[in-house]
Amino acid sequence: MIELRNITLAFGHRTLITESSTLFERGNLIALLGRNGTGKSTLLRAMAALGRVTAGSIAIDGEDIEDIAAATLARKIAFVNTERVDVEALSVHDLVAIGRAPYTDWMGRIGTDDEAVIERSMEIAGIASMRDRRVDTLSDGECQRVMIARALAQDTPAILLDEPTSFLDLPNRYELCTLLRRLAHEEHKCVIFSTHELDIALSLADSIALVDTPHLKHMPTQSMVQSGNIERLFDSEHVTFDAATGSIRLKR
Amino acid sequence: MQTSKAHITHIVLFAILAVALGALAICGLLTGTTELPLGDVWDALIGRTTDVGTQTIVLKMRMPKVLVAIAAGAALSASGLQMQTLFRNPLAGPYVLGINSGASLGVALFTLAMPMLGVGTASWFMSFGITGMAWIGSAAILMLVMWLSRKIKNINTILIIGMMLGSAISAIVGILQYMGTEESLKAFIVWTMGSLGTVTTEQLYILIPVVIVGMMLAIVAIKPLDVLLLGESYARTMGINIKLTRLVIFLSTTLLAGTITAFCGPIGFIGLAMPHLARMTFRTASHRVLMPATMLWGAVSMLLCSLMCDIVARSGVMLPVNTITSLLGVPIIIYVVIRNRNRQ
Repeated sequence: MIELRNITLAFGHRTLITESSTLFERGNLIALLGRNGTGKSTLLRAMAALGRVTAGSIAIDGEDIEDIAAATLARKIAFVNTERVDVEALSVHDLVAIGRAPYTDWMGRIGTDDEAVIERSMEIAGIASMRDRRVDTLSDGECQRVMIARALAQDTPAILLDEPTSFLDLPNRYELCTLLRRLAHEEHKCVIFSTHELDIALSLADSIALVDTPHLKHMPTQSMVQSGNIERLFDSEHVTFDAATGSIRLKR
Repeated sequence: MQTSKAHITHIVLFAILAVALGALAICGLLTGTTELPLGDVWDALIGRTTDVGTQTIVLKMRMPKVLVAIAAGAALSASGLQMQTLFRNPLAGPYVLGINSGASLGVALFTLAMPMLGVGTASWFMSFGITGMAWIGSAAILMLVMWLSRKIKNINTILIIGMMLGSAISAIVGILQYMGTEESLKAFIVWTMGSLGTVTTEQLYILIPVVIVGMMLAIVAIKPLDVLLLGESYARTMGINIKLTRLVIFLSTTLLAGTITAFCGPIGFIGLAMPHLARMTFRTASHRVLMPATMLWGAVSMLLCSLMCDIVARSGVMLPVNTITSLLGVPIIIYVVIRNRNRQ
């Protein structure tokens, strides 16, 4: 579905990833891991056509992303960032309805078909009961679910999420990632999310894309655990990664 | 589709505002320094009167003023709503991009600098010159902001550029004021106070069509504005052409706020407060509802302010309309700000 063809990625003048290739397929939950500032967000933004690669190309269903019209791409890739949306007088339902923009007419009128998609999206994200609440009254966890429902309403085969768990407490993080896993498996979507939650990523994701500066390594979760890459990357003076349990522990 | 209950509320609110608009417009035709009964005003409107005095008062003075009030209120409010959504800032208004300072520079150059050069000051020349220069000034500033912002991704940078340009221009205007003659200074100050009554019937033929074009652009921007509620990154991933959208919104604002400011002077707070009033009463963020609601609220409020001026004027005190709009608008904005802060 999304193919990275020998890409080089930079943030300003700093090169983050060089000459990396891989393929992200539908029906998979992919966790994007890496230390701070290694280019996880930059990569996600490039895949959403919000940024550009400095060399190589990104292809969506075989077509170069640069050649796809914005309106067409909006029906293929949905994007969720960390920004909290605080809009006065905007209801949950109306926010999710904005996700229908790539399909509505010039006035943005919502038809019965659109309404059905909106209802189903809210249902899947588990926010149907909040439909009339104002978005500025939501908790962070609720807000993140609403933004995922909006991405679902966009009805795209791929959803990219930039650190969707960052403001959530532990139970909510698991809840949210379980929801993402369900979207990948049951709705047959290609779901890619960046995260710092090693435990969650290793227990729920089908594959791991690891930014091992300056390369992006992508392999099934089990292979990644055994590869030794995670130990090497997340090893520091005080903590280490234990491949046997798949978790970080303190060094003694 | 909204829940049907909200839908009915909206229809009722629109009906109330439309009735208020009609009633205030009639009040505006009836109020003035000369006492005229309803019958005479009606006769003048449908062309049945033979009294030239009545005809002049109703058709040449009161009617244009009512129309200008409606156009000014709707136009300023519609551009205020667009600016608030585009900049995602509740305190943005039609003047954030420096339109008012551009217009004031144009007028200052005309009223203050012209006499220095020894150019004549015939009244028709003054009236046309002020309007024309104000429009050129606001359009020039907006083009400058757009040119500076063509490479800028972050919308708040544009906001800061607009505000800084405005401050710089105010300083230049200050210098011109300092150097101007007493008489020319008065002409400039009178323009800054704002007035709805100075627009002539002939000028209406320019003002009304331009405002209508601006409103049509605002209507074209409805869907992009809805998507922009979530910010520009989201808007781009939902297929919105940001550059084109900014262009449409900036153009609409120049045509709406720039034109009104050119003809009536800078009118404060209406454009800033009315979108909030519309959001509070209609309880929605959808621009399909909010855009017409804001325009209606703006027209109603401006008519009310104009009417208050007229009533005060009967006692011999001529208040500039700007004083009334500020007194009406400021409490609304303070209320909105306090309410938003308390909720967080």
